[in-house]
Amino acid sequence: MSTFLGMPAPPPRSPYGTGNLRGDKAFPRAAHDGLGDDQLRRNLGRATGTIRAKRLNVTGELPDWEALRDAGSAIKTDAMNRLPELLEQLERKVTERGGTVHWARDAAEANEIVAGLVRAAGSDEVIKVKSMATQETGLNEHLESVGITPHETDLAELIVQLAHDRPSHILVPAIHRNRDEIRQIFLDGIPGVDPDLDNVPAHLAAAARRYLREKFLSTKVAVSGANFGVAETGTLAVVESEGNGRMCLTLPETLITVMGIEKVIPRYQDLEVFLQLLPRSSTGERMNPYTSLWTGVTPGDGPQDFHLILLDNGRTAALADAIGRAALNCIRCSACLNVCPVYERTGGHAYGSTYPGPIGAVLTPQLAGMHAAKDDPNSSLPYASSLCGACFDACPVKIDIPSLLVELRHQHTEQTGVTPEKLAMRAAAAVMRRPGLYTAAQKASGLGRVIAGRDGVIGRLPPPLSGWSDSRDTPAPPRETFRSWFVSDEGTAALRAAAAEHDAATTTGGEHDEEDAT
Amino acid sequence: MNSARETVLGRIRDALALAPTPAVVVPRDYRTGRALPDDERLALFTDRLLDYKARVHPCTAGRTAEVVGDVLREHGVRRIGVPAGLDARWLARYDGEVRQDGADVPHTHLDALDAVVTASAVGCAETGTIFLDGSPGQGRRALSLVPDLHLCVVDLSAVEAGVPEAVARLAPERPTTLISGPSATSDIELERVEGVHGPRTLVVVIRTDA
Amino acid sequence: MRIGLFATCLGDTLFPDAVKATAILLTRLGHDVVFPPGQTCCGQMHINTGYQREPVPLVRNFAAGFGDASIEAVVMPSGSCAGSVRHQHRIVADRYGDAALRAGVDAVAAKTYELSELLVDVLGVTRVGAYFPHRVTYHPTCHSLRMLRVGDKPLRLLREVEGVDLVELPGADSCCGFGGTFALKNAETSTAMLHDKTASIAATGAEVCTAGDSSCLMHIGGGLSRIRSGTRTLHLARILAATRTTPDVLTEASV
Repeated sequence: MSTFLGMPAPPPRSPYGTGNLRGDKAFPRAAHDGLGDDQLRRNLGRATGTIRAKRLNVTGELPDWEALRDAGSAIKTDAMNRLPELLEQLERKVTERGGTVHWARDAAEANEIVAGLVRAAGSDEVIKVKSMATQETGLNEHLESVGITPHETDLAELIVQLAHDRPSHILVPAIHRNRDEIRQIFLDGIPGVDPDLDNVPAHLAAAARRYLREKFLSTKVAVSGANFGVAETGTLAVVESEGNGRMCLTLPETLITVMGIEKVIPRYQDLEVFLQLLPRSSTGERMNPYTSLWTGVTPGDGPQDFHLILLDNGRTAALADAIGRAALNCIRCSACLNVCPVYERTGGHAYGSTYPGPIGAVLTPQLAGMHAAKDDPNSSLPYASSLCGACFDACPVKIDIPSLLVELRHQHTEQTGVTPEKLAMRAAAAVMRRPGLYTAAQKASGLGRVIAGRDGVIGRLPPPLSGWSDSRDTPAPPRETFRSWFVSDEGTAALRAAAAEHDAATTTGGEHDEEDAT
Repeated sequence: MNSARETVLGRIRDALALAPTPAVVVPRDYRTGRALPDDERLALFTDRLLDYKARVHPCTAGRTAEVVGDVLREHGVRRIGVPAGLDARWLARYDGEVRQDGADVPHTHLDALDAVVTASAVGCAETGTIFLDGSPGQGRRALSLVPDLHLCVVDLSAVEAGVPEAVARLAPERPTTLISGPSATSDIELERVEGVHGPRTLVVVIRTDA
Repeated sequence: MRIGLFATCLGDTLFPDAVKATAILLTRLGHDVVFPPGQTCCGQMHINTGYQREPVPLVRNFAAGFGDASIEAVVMPSGSCAGSVRHQHRIVADRYGDAALRAGVDAVAAKTYELSELLVDVLGVTRVGAYFPHRVTYHPTCHSLRMLRVGDKPLRLLREVEGVDLVELPGADSCCGFGGTFALKNAETSTAMLHDKTASIAATGAEVCTAGDSSCLMHIGGGLSRIRSGTRTLHLARILAATRTTPDVLTEASV
């Protein structure tokens, strides 16, 4: 027996992820820019308003929407529970079908694998399908640094790339740009574009079609992400709208797919759930225009050289949290962004990460940590929410984002030393746990009447309350608390009168429907 | 050599050991196994296709060639690509150039076609989705992607009511493309624009007795 | 029914009129309202700000104060406090409490209601005999709407109020931007949300904006007061407790 050694040591926590998972300033400061940008606010307000209405229409028309959400949530949770066996099964199936599977511990490793494969294919450029995973790893920057040119082919990603901008939305990365801005970006960035190009969205899309067609037909290597990877069959799925995904997945000789390990689902049948949940939640369509499903290599059809890179980059760190891991169930639909009152007003850049919005606020700190340095910007993300709960209602896989935010706030305060806030919270709790002290403190709060104006209203307050008082008046505390009223002669009399009203009403036949029923 | 693999799998096992959670049974209380009468599936499928700006031509199987010929003429199509296994009778009333596709045909040649004509594997009425799986009448994926007009023949008997019923008919090992209307984008102010990189025109010929 | 009234710390200290109205309304409906004097605060602010150790005594105090089996239901004029009691106390008890606390928390959570839930679901009443001859718009607070799922219960109660002119609030289900310490930590974002909410309220032309939570009303009311809007905020309980003989006189800007 070796029990004298005590419990076995717990296994080590995985390292956090690297790459585009951390901004350079805390959310409130980063949000300041977006909040002050009226154009951005208008663009976002219009776009999110449109998509919210569409989503409600198409989710409302399915009588089994809640059952689909329950199934989607359970499938993802089941997959997380069985991740090792499912990933090994996926690897085996892809390999059997002629693909090559690679594993990447972090962003840098994934980027190096991609660059090596591109070189091995004899190419110095790649076409790219919009992919959150490669945005997260900073693949484009890495490829450029080693002399490989990446061409983003999703319209919004193209806009972002041409403008040397950053994506601000999971689904619509250029949601912060309006048609006039996009027209200018194309005029400046697309070689040989028609100088008379106007701002009609169809014309802008046509300009992108002309520009990219030659790239699709001539580039030998493509890089994609994956929405789902089916362990049972080795099938990968890319869900898209424009056809750029089909182009990249079909025309090149070599296809490199970078997939987060949390994207694996157990069964092919599970697609029947996600192909209903995802399009209706993300674009508000019954089905997105194109979905590609492929399994390894098919002779005579599509790339004959296929590589799947399975990416950790902090996912296993998130997985080690029984509560927080629910964020890994995310299928990147972006419904939570579209319904979030905070996102709608600040835009996605304020979150500083590849993953903005409510899901970003819970996913980013778990992938990349909250304590990389003092005042880590990621530690501000769990607080970037009023906990209104709209995101939970909209989530197709029922991630309880508000509860995860509260959980992460708790983890943050636990890992942070003593702060003025913590002292204040302790002091407040110490008072409130003792009714006698509490009553005394209530009397002291009557001091608020001293600083109130003659109208009984408190106007401007000093920091840290000035953020509140800059745009809100506060009524002065009343002379009497409820508890003192309740035991006062006045309170006793008022309640006695109310009871008498009830007695009178029941005697005379009653005027409330409660009595009508008896 | 596989150190990344072993490391990642080891981390996952450690994580699951640190935070074990109870096993999950997946509830599948959503609708499956739906069967709708032909007329209802046709009406629903047509409605959804039109909603996503596809053009729809219902016809009997005996009139396939006539409808295909009319559609191609109407769109001024002079040169089409077809998969090797396409039913040649469908083109009996078309008098333009026909190029049979094959694995060795360069993609740039596909770009010179006015249109492509294919069959299909499965349909889904509730979402207006057509499933292509690379069978002989459908050809490789590039063929139905590069040309600007895709004329797709769908047999009503292969159109299922909903997504679960349609997915159940797929062969996972085949490269499968789900098509719901012409290519589209909502990337500019979330305003939907039909026609980006894939075919900008999708014509669906639904054979109601096939 | 013997009903335990939880005043909430905010209601007790800053907005006692809403709590008084709750007590009077339930008494008028024939119920025995008791006020356990040891009550203080549910700890929601602590928990939502990330502190779960500190409020353990508060959670314990709440469970003890309302655990008495003779109290058949616990009511509070606050959707967010009811949400905290029902959903968050167990989390705190699981993490930092013992078996006794968990049992106590569960027992109290099972009989805890926000006011409109108690009236409609437990007491089976929508017409409470109220009279309130004013134009009113209703803001469904986030925690009432999405944490407690009170649905249209407050509106069903309001529709039965005699003389009321109930007008729909555009974008009603959007958060007002309060969110407790969110309004301090992210004051600018909170303010942007508040401005949209007060603009929607002003557009209704209502004299009164009502809701089931004094904290959200404090936020909205503070914004309306600052822009000198003509609309006042008033807790739902005060409208329901107003009668012809004891009207709620709209004089002060209190909630």
